[in-house]
Amino acid sequence: MKKVLEVDNLSVSFDTFGGEVKAVRDVSFELSKQETLAIVGESGSGKSVTAQSLMRLIEMPPGKFVDGSIKFDGEDLVLKSDKQMEDIRGKEISMIFQDPMTSLNPTMTVGRQISESLIKHQGMTKKEAHNRGIELLKLVGIPNPEARINQYPHQYSGGMRQRGMIAIALACNPKMLIADEPTTALDVTIQAQILDLMRNLKEQTGAAIILITHDLGVVANAADRVAVMYGGKIVETGSADEIFYNARHPYTWGLLGSMPKLEDDNVDLHAIPGSPPDLLDPPKGCPFAARCPYAMKVCEDHMPEYTELSSTQKTACWLLDERAPKVEPPESAIAGGSIVNE
Amino acid sequence: MAKYLVKRVGFILLSLFFIVTITFFLMQAAPGGPFTSERQLPPEIEQQLNEQYGLDDPLHVQYIDYLKDIAVWDFGPSFKYPAQSVNDIINRSVPYSLILGAEAIFIALSIGVLLGVVAALKHNKFGDYTAMVVAVLGISVPNFIMAALLQYVFAMQMDALPVARFDSFAHTLLPAVALATTPLAFIARLMRSSMLEVLSSDYIKTAKSKGLSHRVVTYKHALRNAIMPVISYLGPLVVAILTGSFVIEKIFAIPGLGNEFVESITNRDYTVIMGTTVFFSVLLLISILIVDLIYGLIDPRIKVAGKGGGK
Repeated sequence: MKKVLEVDNLSVSFDTFGGEVKAVRDVSFELSKQETLAIVGESGSGKSVTAQSLMRLIEMPPGKFVDGSIKFDGEDLVLKSDKQMEDIRGKEISMIFQDPMTSLNPTMTVGRQISESLIKHQGMTKKEAHNRGIELLKLVGIPNPEARINQYPHQYSGGMRQRGMIAIALACNPKMLIADEPTTALDVTIQAQILDLMRNLKEQTGAAIILITHDLGVVANAADRVAVMYGGKIVETGSADEIFYNARHPYTWGLLGSMPKLEDDNVDLHAIPGSPPDLLDPPKGCPFAARCPYAMKVCEDHMPEYTELSSTQKTACWLLDERAPKVEPPESAIAGGSIVNE
Repeated sequence: MAKYLVKRVGFILLSLFFIVTITFFLMQAAPGGPFTSERQLPPEIEQQLNEQYGLDDPLHVQYIDYLKDIAVWDFGPSFKYPAQSVNDIINRSVPYSLILGAEAIFIALSIGVLLGVVAALKHNKFGDYTAMVVAVLGISVPNFIMAALLQYVFAMQMDALPVARFDSFAHTLLPAVALATTPLAFIARLMRSSMLEVLSSDYIKTAKSKGLSHRVVTYKHALRNAIMPVISYLGPLVVAILTGSFVIEKIFAIPGLGNEFVESITNRDYTVIMGTTVFFSVLLLISILIVDLIYGLIDPRIKVAGKGGGK
């Protein structure tokens, strides 16, 4: 299948007063047409920075590309000028943000916010853009779009605003849509509606989706493939089924284990003990070593290479080395599969 | 909308009533009177003057008489300058103050907003530091010092502008600049911090992610949201400039209303005190109303009238 996006050895850092924060380190992944890739990880794992790097939305300085390339449709976005990026943003790649309450401009009608990119990228007149805006609002399931298009964001509910955001993002039929925690700020019923909507729209428009989230329930619902990020690195990647049923990285086990389960009477939440590494001075070896219950001496000093477990699954963990002791995933991580059947 | 305006005008009248009442009795409570002077007037003459102006009536009668006159916008005669009515004094001096005030507000707004935006866009760079040094200077230097400095540099040394009086446009420049300096600096700081906040907000990121150019993002998306605090500062600003202008009027020998206001108090010129106070209050209340209306125009979340909105 044709690759829309190939990210190779991408490293992004921020220069701060404390030193260089290495937020994304040596990250590689790819995305095919019509595929949904979920990037999961906890706060500070570098998933949002990765997403915003793809759009070149990171302020530079203080941010900078240290290394690597982002090949979108065969062209390296890292090398593009700001002016060239303006023609790609909103037209080829668009983005949906986490908080629909703050990501729409409060002093501009939703219609105008949709029209802007249509007028800029597709050369439409105001009238054409207005009509297309009504179609888009209808497409994302906003009732009475003829009236709603002239309203301001504060006249929309939270779920409707996120639908409005999606309409803005889809305005120019982008090849790739980056959704940065699109459901985190919404309540559960609205979450399901938004995920359904995104899935339907993907089928209609053929856009590839990168879904940034820390919610494995969302991943189970929407993703074809999953990349698990930790400490600025991708520690494990595979198809959704592989990650849920056959995860090999202790961090992925931890993530699966910390999911609350329906059949569980225990009300305590399982957490992974410890906190993420300081990216000002990231550990030389595996970033998860300090919190990993199975950590060995080698983990602290050497970053493991990826072990290819199947054509899609790759895991960076010393446990998979033939010299390492055999470790079985904990009970809680296996039960993580239950959410898929939800 | 009409209903809202009627309601607001009602509140304005109510506020005016309280202002008139409080000023009237406070003024009477102050020791001395319009005819008190170092040279004692013969008692008979003072008696006669008091009778002529109705000052011998009981206070409540004077108060009610005054309310009746003021209701038809008649502020009565001046005690100090018997040939002139207070209306004459106001009509004569208001144009000077209004021109001066309008010019100062224009300068403060346009340059203040510009400085603030530049500072925010060049955050922590040379442009930011320059703008903020200007702003701190503007806030710390009182306007009378600024006035003297401007007179010295532009009128005395460079001989470019007239040193005082108010006869032509060139005459208005120095006093307007002196009057505008402090509010200008204040607006620049206000604009900078609010612009910085807006520029880091999510919807600016959304605007960028649509591929809009830097210029469009800054002026169409950021500016309109960032200017709100400045608009709300406009109300108090109008008052500060109108009432604060007497120092500048004095220094530049401008026969404006601020000057009359201060002189009337030292003279215990009851009718002029009342007249100027009422006049200033009316200006203030109307300018606050206008600011509220502008606010509603710029930010759709603020509903001025009961129309439209969150159904």
